[in-house]
Amino acid sequence: MTDQETSIGKQVPRQKLNLLELFSRFREVGIIVFIAILVVAVSLRAPSFLTINNLTDILMNISIMIIVAMAQTMVILTGGIDLSVSSVIGLVAMMVGFTLSANSGIPDIAAVLLGIALGAVLGTFNGLIITVGKVPPIIATLGTLSIYRGLVFFYSQGTWINAFELPQSVKLLSKGKPLGVPNLIIIALLIAALTFIFLKFTRVGRNIYAVGSNADAAEFAGIRPQRIKLLVYVLSGLISGLAGVLWLSRFESAQTNSALGFELQTVTAAVVGGVSTSGGVGTIPGVLLGALLLGIIQNSLTLIQISPFWQLAAQGLLIIIAVVSDKLISKRIVRSK
Amino acid sequence: MKSQANPQNTSAATISERATRRSLTDVFKNWELLLVVLIIIVVLVNTRLSPYFLNAKNISRTSSDFMEIGLMMLPMVFIVVTGNIDLSVASNMGMSASFMGLLHNMGVNIWLAALAGLALGTLGGVLNGYLIAKVKLPSLVVTLGTYAFFRGIAYGFLGDQAARNYPAKFTYLGQGRVGGSLIPVSVAIFIGLAIIFGIILHATKFGRHLYAIGNNEEAAKYSGVPIDKIKFSLFVISGFMAAFAGLVLAARFGSTRPDNGTGLELAVITATVLGGVDIDGGKGSMYGAVLSLLLIGLLRFGMGLVNIQSQVQSTIIGLLLIVSIFLPHIGQRIAANKATRFRWKTVLAVVGIIALFVLFFVFFFWSRAPVLAEI
Amino acid sequence: MSEIILELRNISKSFSGVEVLHNVDFSLKTGEIHALLGENGAGKSTLVKIITGFHQPSSGEIYFDEERVSFNDTRDSRDVGIAAIYQELSLFPDLDVAENIFIGRQPLNNTKMVDWRKLYAEAKKLLDSLGVKIDLKQKARNLSIAEQQMVEIARAFSINARVLIMDEPTSSLTLNEVEDLFRLVRNIRKNGTAVIFISHRLEELFEIADRVTVLRDGSYVDTKPIAETNREDLIRMMVGRSISEQFPKIEVPPSDVVLSVENLSNGTTFGDVSFELRRGEILGFAGLVGAGRTDVANTIFGIRGATSGTIKLDGQTVSITSPRQAMALGLAYVPEDRLQHGLIPQMNITKNITLPRLDRFSQVGWIQIRSENKEAFEVACQMEVRATSIQQKTRELSGGNQQKVVLGKWLSTNPRILILDEPTRGIDVGTKAAVHMLMTKLAAEGMAIILISSELPEILGMSDRIIVMREGYITAEFSREAATQEKILTAATEDVRTRIQQ
Repeated sequence: MTDQETSIGKQVPRQKLNLLELFSRFREVGIIVFIAILVVAVSLRAPSFLTINNLTDILMNISIMIIVAMAQTMVILTGGIDLSVSSVIGLVAMMVGFTLSANSGIPDIAAVLLGIALGAVLGTFNGLIITVGKVPPIIATLGTLSIYRGLVFFYSQGTWINAFELPQSVKLLSKGKPLGVPNLIIIALLIAALTFIFLKFTRVGRNIYAVGSNADAAEFAGIRPQRIKLLVYVLSGLISGLAGVLWLSRFESAQTNSALGFELQTVTAAVVGGVSTSGGVGTIPGVLLGALLLGIIQNSLTLIQISPFWQLAAQGLLIIIAVVSDKLISKRIVRSK
Repeated sequence: MKSQANPQNTSAATISERATRRSLTDVFKNWELLLVVLIIIVVLVNTRLSPYFLNAKNISRTSSDFMEIGLMMLPMVFIVVTGNIDLSVASNMGMSASFMGLLHNMGVNIWLAALAGLALGTLGGVLNGYLIAKVKLPSLVVTLGTYAFFRGIAYGFLGDQAARNYPAKFTYLGQGRVGGSLIPVSVAIFIGLAIIFGIILHATKFGRHLYAIGNNEEAAKYSGVPIDKIKFSLFVISGFMAAFAGLVLAARFGSTRPDNGTGLELAVITATVLGGVDIDGGKGSMYGAVLSLLLIGLLRFGMGLVNIQSQVQSTIIGLLLIVSIFLPHIGQRIAANKATRFRWKTVLAVVGIIALFVLFFVFFFWSRAPVLAEI
Repeated sequence: MSEIILELRNISKSFSGVEVLHNVDFSLKTGEIHALLGENGAGKSTLVKIITGFHQPSSGEIYFDEERVSFNDTRDSRDVGIAAIYQELSLFPDLDVAENIFIGRQPLNNTKMVDWRKLYAEAKKLLDSLGVKIDLKQKARNLSIAEQQMVEIARAFSINARVLIMDEPTSSLTLNEVEDLFRLVRNIRKNGTAVIFISHRLEELFEIADRVTVLRDGSYVDTKPIAETNREDLIRMMVGRSISEQFPKIEVPPSDVVLSVENLSNGTTFGDVSFELRRGEILGFAGLVGAGRTDVANTIFGIRGATSGTIKLDGQTVSITSPRQAMALGLAYVPEDRLQHGLIPQMNITKNITLPRLDRFSQVGWIQIRSENKEAFEVACQMEVRATSIQQKTRELSGGNQQKVVLGKWLSTNPRILILDEPTRGIDVGTKAAVHMLMTKLAAEGMAIILISSELPEILGMSDRIIVMREGYITAEFSREAATQEKILTAATEDVRTRIQQ
């Protein structure tokens, strides 16, 4: 069909696989190295670190973060952000909690579905403000962060849900171990796997990357960016709704300040996991590693007996170090090209 | 296709020195006008609802409640105009105040302790500025990290303790009045600083550079605007002001706890954006931001008088923030879409969504019927 | 092979009462390459946007396959097989080449999951059939502009586009890349795809186009087979008068050296660059895109750092680490990308003009608005900027007027050395001539000018001396008399690095 080949692009990239190349292809490598160093260092000082019990503990502590970080990742991939997730969790936990305590005999699955539905409505509200109202995502969800939290206060009228008001089966939703591992961990990994498949192997999932990478081009390619954006906020609300029920189950209570500040943890997990805040870049394995890193940091600070009051500071510092070193590595990669 | 000429000026052969068409300033005047109208409405409604609203003493007492937000808002306007954000301000405030409290507890002279607090806050700003301007990390990511870091240091300093018993000379900063008047000291300081920050933003080279960076950072760089220096100095100023706000808060409460000011960064950003400062940078004015602070203050004051919980007040402020950006867009869309054809699909979607929200609130009230019925 | 696929009859379009297209006719045959020609503001882009359904005509009819159609949005036009490649490329920088081609249409396996293996196989087959060699797993962000265009064309080809619109596809390509592009376009034309081709480079049209339609001030002028017209004819149709295409170059006697660059390297994109620049001289820099010319200019102007080498001004070694410093030393740089680097489009003419030297209007940082406006007004008048007022935002100006603002901004800093990077790219014939006149005048007044251009006639016509770069190194230097198109092309593409000593 062609008479001659074009000369452009003839130079096939050199197949030089050095360490930097590896870093550039798989940003996750950086976090793995960081985690490895941390694990070795901590287990030298605290042998109890590498026990099954402790590892289960770590996973248990980051499970809800993983679930919500999946939602957060999808949103950030489109170039947005959802700061309202923590208030959605708080509101859903409160509403489901009161419903369960006032109406005995509600099956667990109904409670879960109720939570998901409530979360989806809240997410739809976010999505509509952003897509129809053209409010920048950070502003819109900052607004709903306080709106939904305010609804929590209004709804609870100063009361809260205690452990004894909840049916035992709901508590076991997260803590039961029919498979030897607490359900919550399995649910988290399941959600992560589903999100991975969704993002990697469905057209809609690929469209999420496309919209975040270049929304105008997406429009030209027949993708409707506004619909994709609406979708990710609905999904984010839906998943946060599920997380709300799980929160209720895990902590056996719903309070006005449940999950307060949790939104930044989920953003941190995604960002540390290599998701670019400008959209289009990031993978689920990376985010899982990011969440794991946060969990290990939290856990090891306790194990090596750093005063609980300094733990938050150490955590913040390590996040900064992780982000800065990632940046310095990618700078080196650019320079070596 | 950007090189395509705008049809409206191909015919204009000459150029005039004066503006003939709507210019930037006109658009903003509309926004600020809207804020003024809202303020008037709030004052009128509140005056009707509560006889205590227009009481000078009440207003004087309440006004100082918003000065920490205001003090942090001033540099935030600068930062947002350049298209950046500082999420760490409230944590920095807590850190600086806690450091001062720690030193005070150790018996250090209060003024020395305050100075040290200011220095630490400024240092926090230096860290932010360095990571953003030199390491070139996005400000959202950096300040998200220092948000946790600074708050953590605050807890590290004071743990579950509080610092109290500040001398009266110091608490004057947060509780005192200027001379014999009703004007709180903190309000006077805020007004003075707001004027200075406003002048810097609107009438100086530095301010012009901020807008240039916010609109097109690359082009600003090519035109010799010292981007890195400016960004660095913005975050240093923000750190200093956050620390100062921390001192004012400590003086007002007469004590310091490490969780002081938690969540205030959102209030600061809300005030900034409601004031018409574009979160994407390049647009906004200082008087808009000050007006929005006034609006938020009056609104909260009024709601407090009619006994609305403060967290529920946040809901209303959040709603106001969204509606203020939402409504103009909806109006434009409706105006632009007049000609487009009627579609059943759209109607169905709208009805469906409304039904969804109605259902949500039906459940919301039904599930709490016994309690919510009482109010 | 020659039936009409798309026809526009009596198309008019008004924006808020101003008519930008007036009774335009246009017809496109299958398998033809149809050039659309006109100055900036002639209505080409509006016409294209009507064809793609981005705008709707105020009056007139559109026929596709001889059926009356109306495109309500870009989706409608895409559905019948109209694809457009714009100046702002519409690829997804974070996705790889293969996925960019098939985005939204990825092959699925029987479980409705994206079949990646099949996707890469099909992408490979497609690129092979087009004769394009690009790493399929490369992210689009890492491709050159030419490669990105290839990917876009491959995408249009893969959706069986029957009409392909190319808006100035060659404006950032070099001659070699243009040849490759043309070969590709001719390839897809064989399948019956009709191409609408917009370009400012007249020479190209004679090489690629079958027919040409000329617009002027929103009106249809004429459609002719390219063989029945010539360059002068086309220019006359475009501007309504004939413009001398002589470059207004005045010979200036050699004077003292103001700038000398010795062994300058930045470690990555260029190395060992040495040259001298004299007062009153226009020094041309020729080469392919990516040859490192812009990077050299950026380094001299302090935007990017050098790893080795020296820069001397009037014989004195200087270290320039920021544009601000470069300005203070009497340098000015009109960058290649007007909207990204040259202007702040959201700001008005005044603020753009005065941005580099606000100091002159400020006292202790306080800007004196009155003197600022006065100065900007004078500059705008001198440059003959066409706008409603100096308070007009620069993004509302035409490309040529934007370039005048950028030039005025830098000339008002009174530079001794002016670096012009592609100063006439994408601007209309009239403004182009004005820019060339201005360059001549400035050189005659003693200014030293570096001209970076990918347009060989411009380089040949305007320069006193010509330096050719290839892959970051200087490969040749010619005097005005000795330079020819062939010699420059050879030096810009040949493989052996022969650095000619001055």
